[in-house]
Amino acid sequence: MDFSLIAPVLPEVILAVGAMALLMIGAFTSNTVTAGRQGGWLAIGVLIASAVALLMATPMGTTFEGVFISDGLTTFLKMIVLVAAALTLLLTFDDFGRAKVMLFEYPVLLLLATLGMLVMISANDLIALYLGLELQSLALYVIAAFKRDDVKSSEAGLKYFVLGAMSSGMLLYGASMVYGVTGSTGYGGIAAAMKAEGMTANIGLIVGLVFVIVGLAFKISAVPFHMWTPDVYEGSPTPVTTFFAGAPKVAAMALLIRFTQGALPDAGTQWQQIIIFLSIASMVLGAFGAIGQNNIKRLMAYSAIGHVGFALVGLSSNNVEGTAGVLMYLAIYVAMTLGTFAGILSMRRGDKTVEDISDLAGLAKTDLRFASILAVMMFSLAGIPPLAGFWSKWYVFLPAIKAGLYPLAVIGVVASVIGSFYYLRIVKIMFFDEPVTAFEPVEGKAMFVMALSAVFLIAFVLPFIGGSLVDAATAAAASVTFVSR
Amino acid sequence: MSNLLSVVTFLPLVGALLIAFLNADAKSNARWIAFWTTLITFLLSLLIWWNFDYTTANFQFVEEHAWLGPIRYKMGVDGISMLLVILTTFLMPITILACWESIQQRVKECMIAFLVLETLMVGAFCALDLVLFYLFFEGGLIPMFLIIGIWGGKRRVYASFKFFLYTLLGSVLMLLAMMAMYWYAGTTDVPALLNTKFPADMQWWLWLAFAASFAVKLPMWPVHTWLPDAHVEAPTGGSVILAAILLKLGGYGFLRFSLPMFPIASEQFAPLVFTLSIVAIIYTSLVALVQEDMKKLIAYSSIAHMGFVTMGIFTGSQQGIDGAMFQMLSHGIVSAALFLCVGVIYDRMHTREISAYGGLVERMPNYAFAFMVFTMANTGLPGTTGFVGEFLTLMAAFKVNTTVALFATTSVILSACYALYLYRRIIFGALEKPSLKAILDLSPREIAILGPLALLTIFYGIYPAPVLDVTAASVKNIVQNYEAAVKPAAAPLAP
Repeated sequence: MDFSLIAPVLPEVILAVGAMALLMIGAFTSNTVTAGRQGGWLAIGVLIASAVALLMATPMGTTFEGVFISDGLTTFLKMIVLVAAALTLLLTFDDFGRAKVMLFEYPVLLLLATLGMLVMISANDLIALYLGLELQSLALYVIAAFKRDDVKSSEAGLKYFVLGAMSSGMLLYGASMVYGVTGSTGYGGIAAAMKAEGMTANIGLIVGLVFVIVGLAFKISAVPFHMWTPDVYEGSPTPVTTFFAGAPKVAAMALLIRFTQGALPDAGTQWQQIIIFLSIASMVLGAFGAIGQNNIKRLMAYSAIGHVGFALVGLSSNNVEGTAGVLMYLAIYVAMTLGTFAGILSMRRGDKTVEDISDLAGLAKTDLRFASILAVMMFSLAGIPPLAGFWSKWYVFLPAIKAGLYPLAVIGVVASVIGSFYYLRIVKIMFFDEPVTAFEPVEGKAMFVMALSAVFLIAFVLPFIGGSLVDAATAAAASVTFVSR
Repeated sequence: MSNLLSVVTFLPLVGALLIAFLNADAKSNARWIAFWTTLITFLLSLLIWWNFDYTTANFQFVEEHAWLGPIRYKMGVDGISMLLVILTTFLMPITILACWESIQQRVKECMIAFLVLETLMVGAFCALDLVLFYLFFEGGLIPMFLIIGIWGGKRRVYASFKFFLYTLLGSVLMLLAMMAMYWYAGTTDVPALLNTKFPADMQWWLWLAFAASFAVKLPMWPVHTWLPDAHVEAPTGGSVILAAILLKLGGYGFLRFSLPMFPIASEQFAPLVFTLSIVAIIYTSLVALVQEDMKKLIAYSSIAHMGFVTMGIFTGSQQGIDGAMFQMLSHGIVSAALFLCVGVIYDRMHTREISAYGGLVERMPNYAFAFMVFTMANTGLPGTTGFVGEFLTLMAAFKVNTTVALFATTSVILSACYALYLYRRIIFGALEKPSLKAILDLSPREIAILGPLALLTIFYGIYPAPVLDVTAASVKNIVQNYEAAVKPAAAPLAP
């Protein structure tokens, strides 16, 4: 048997085998609560094993006839996804334990969703793209509705499913158009077909391209395909929202990067227009939409919409620096959301979690450490230096300026100022207002994640942290263009 | 020795970390750690002055380390930044002392905020990399936002948001301009950019973007409206730092970036700057005249004085820039002192209404004397620091444009009007209000705060040479480069 064929897929294989094994263990264990907790820890182990395999034992290159690709870009993004998945799972134990829904299915579904994301990141073919996307989405639909007795959670799952299915349909339709015109589903084949005379102006191809991008825009919740985001964020159990906010965005963004840069390098002017529009619309709506929100999960949903807009600024500049910028943005954004949601999970009074912004009032007086960490998150999300959030913006606007996209950049930074208003509002509520009833003490796991991300966001200015991340992202971005051209 | 600047910059941050590990109730320890940290920082910064070479316009004490890819960690001082660094480190212990009694709530956080702010301000003056400068420049928003918002007055939330959003909006445009400069010059290194000749039309846009940031920070009319609110609501220490140092970042920015990097655009925009400066000088002086709130009055007078700074800088002449530098230092000392003076009586009476006072000279002779020194300096009386800066900038403006000088000179009268009117209403008159009967004169701590400021005000007013000597070489260099860049551009216009 030829192992070189599956060597690049090793992390995915580990995840798939691990998920199946966990399913078996869960099915044959009588006590579901212990099975859930054990399954959770085992799943974290599987994620770590997959990450180790990714870094140590995964060769670069393509496999399965070029359908699956492994290069610097995929390694970088897969690391983010795996770390985000592991930390999210860590945050789940206490919250789900209290709600008595820490069942063994949850870690299994989360592993399958992660597997889907890794396939998405490595997809070098429209079919592989669709397979990864659906594996991820189906698992996510289920965990969105994981608190079965909760109406809001069920509503979130259903809403996500209906709209997600529609967007998948659009994506598939677009993919069929692209295949019909170019005669290939592989990105390499599409790119080669694009070289033909007059191909970039082919109406069938452009319609297909628009549909594929629309389908992907739905997954990253870019405006105007964002409608589901606030409801799903609010309705899903908070640990699930934590997961939604980070890893799936990374994977879907990877699809966009690979599809635009790998399959359509010659149709730059066509797709750039779409991305620029999505970017501006997301940044502006994210900034204004969040102002009126009182539920912190809804607010974070609008914040996510805005941040996707900023990440798209990097993509729309269509150069290597832009790709590197998107990678940096995703890494930092995932760190910020994980920290923030760990904080949201810690907003507990008695047995209940509270979600109103006003519940944070005077937190600085009752729990200064908690308030300071959340303030770091907020200032970082607002993009204030020297925190990492500033650097993520720096590295996406820099390539946009290089590409001469001045109006986009100006709109973007103005939107970031408007957006900073609602982050400041949270700081204001925590630090300036009079305290209400104190929260329960922050649990160890949540504090670990919060402290980890706060330290990352602050220490990013140090050369050995920020510098090495910049180098890694630049190398990863350089590798993608090398492979596709 | 070689990393003295980094030590001075980051020492306060170390102090802040120390305080962070203290028990929340250890108020007195937090104060003492903050005080000693700032004092040692000040002494170390004097060491920089001691070893400073007056004869060269080059950057001194330069440090350079690899940082984030092409962005390098580079620090250094020249004649322009040197004095502003000293001003910052000098005022910090005074600020900490000013907070000693007046802030009793959340002392630990307050001291941390001020120390972090000091690091960011000193860093901004020393940074020799655009991105590093931006980092320090913008980072200062966070502690200042918290200082105004937590320890401020009644409308503190409004004031802190206005301060933050105004400044941020100006700065993000500068950020984009910095990116454009990076792609044009391939570096964010300040000395390299000072030698880069940007095309004229690019300079035009870059100048506007930088001015958007510095004009808000300085502040220039008409983007000054955040300042009175921020000043009035901030606690005394916050007002001191805001007026004395944060505003100087705007002037420093014009002098370090706008004028030498975009000389052609600077010359084109000079008439606009002059116009705005004159409006600031006359309009805000008139507004100051009708204020009922002491802090607001001083805040408006700050805007008027900053008008001289912008006017001086954009004359592009030795006298003008010397005058602007001196005016910045003078205003740093005098406005800080005036806010401290307001703080003294605010701590006793808990009101800033001018009408709540009167006849204080009967009960507080020492206070009346100190307040008089600073009031005179505020009006620009010869023999005080206020005179030197105003006189130099007016002289420079007269050479460039007589009309500008004519209008700007009205400030001499107007500032006397509002400053003396304020002094009369607070200090003189009969002590009629029963609440004031038992008011106490300056405490030793307050004398220790105001004494050094009063001495400096008079000393540098009589003998300004020590200040002007430090800046001379650097200013001369800026003026030469400016004239060399502007002359050939102006020549084709001549018939």
